[in-house]
Amino acid sequence: MNDGYGKHVVAAGEAPEAAGRHDRWMSFRILGTGAIALGLWWAAYRSLSPLAEWITYTLLSLVPGSHLTSAVAFFTYEAPKVLMLLALVVFGVGIVRSFFTPERTRRILAGNRESAGNVLAALLGVVTPFCSCSAVPLFLGFVTSGVPLGVTFSFLVSAPMVNEIALVLLYGLFGWKIAALYAGTGLAIAMVSGWVIGRLGMEKHVEEWVYEAPGEGVDEGTDSRLDWRERIHYGWEAVRDIVGKVWPWVLAGIAVGAGIHGFVPENFMTGIMGSGAWWAVPLAVLLGIPMYSNAAGIIPIVEALLGKGAALGTVLAFMMSVIALSLPEMIILRKVLKVRLIAVFIGVVGTGILIVGYLFNALL
Amino acid sequence: MKIAILGTGCAKCQQTANNVRQAVAEAGVDATVYKVEDPREIMKFHVMRTPAVAIDGTVRISGRVPTVPEIASLLSADRGASA
Repeated sequence: MNDGYGKHVVAAGEAPEAAGRHDRWMSFRILGTGAIALGLWWAAYRSLSPLAEWITYTLLSLVPGSHLTSAVAFFTYEAPKVLMLLALVVFGVGIVRSFFTPERTRRILAGNRESAGNVLAALLGVVTPFCSCSAVPLFLGFVTSGVPLGVTFSFLVSAPMVNEIALVLLYGLFGWKIAALYAGTGLAIAMVSGWVIGRLGMEKHVEEWVYEAPGEGVDEGTDSRLDWRERIHYGWEAVRDIVGKVWPWVLAGIAVGAGIHGFVPENFMTGIMGSGAWWAVPLAVLLGIPMYSNAAGIIPIVEALLGKGAALGTVLAFMMSVIALSLPEMIILRKVLKVRLIAVFIGVVGTGILIVGYLFNALL
Repeated sequence: MKIAILGTGCAKCQQTANNVRQAVAEAGVDATVYKVEDPREIMKFHVMRTPAVAIDGTVRISGRVPTVPEIASLLSADRGASA
């Protein structure tokens, strides 16, 4: 019957061949609709640039060359562009996530030792649906079913750190290189810090009752086979939910970017956050820990800092610290971890972020 | 009927509790709604995703905020089953 995620039960007596034909016909229809929708999306995306020009120069009849014009041109092009990219990626990620429930991820990880397990956990952290409010039950579910502690941490670091919204925004505003750097280093930090925590043998700093608790028979729950229609529905829900929530942040970010584009002098931040100041990276990480924001909320700040001459490594470090090391999540995790392990967690991940910050400041 | 809202106290769990209370009030069922916030207790329900809703000890929803009509239909299904 229907458990809310739509498990299908084929009615008794329904001929299997007929059901198969129906399924195939449905897949054709969905594939066709998908291709048309993607084509329309692409056509709309391609026409954004002429549209922005038309709005700026014809509709508002602004004079080329002024600060205001360049700010308006930037905003009218970037805002719809980033929102469209965001919708497409969130939809795609939603479809991918419909294949990865935490239960399935746990099953995959439980069979893995460290090292390979850390790599896998970090990758799965990106595609498994995760909300920081679920961190505790997820941690318990992993650890009690035999996923090594370090592997569990790789997952817990990567899940918030490598975020599809941040990825799209970085791609849209700064290009694919910065987006790839962010994703690559985020994954690396998750893999390595989980591995280090595993090596440190921190199991005794998990609250004792965790390992005494029964782990077997954890709800396999909604780990059901969805059909494509349900996956598409899942994707749409993700778009509605996420894009519906973050669009003001995205617009704010682009508006900040547009403002900078036109008005604030370049190199405004160079003195404070340029690559010359050695203490800028640690300061950025420290500042980021008590700040809590989702990835979309932080992008306006990233945009403002980068646009004003702050060094890329410093800004990246700040952003990672804000989204991956959050005080509220630590407080929630305190229910299952002792203070020492939480400190080690912050220390190891923070060090990873520091290294990334310095590395980029040195390389770029 | 006993309805447990499982969650470590985040905004989504609060939203879930509100929706459940509203559904219960609208359906006029005689149910006790209570929150389970201790992770140890949550674990006994074998859920990995919160917020979750358990009716009479059985987990019916996990990992998302259910809508009011959704809870209402769960309630009426259960009432039908027990009658």
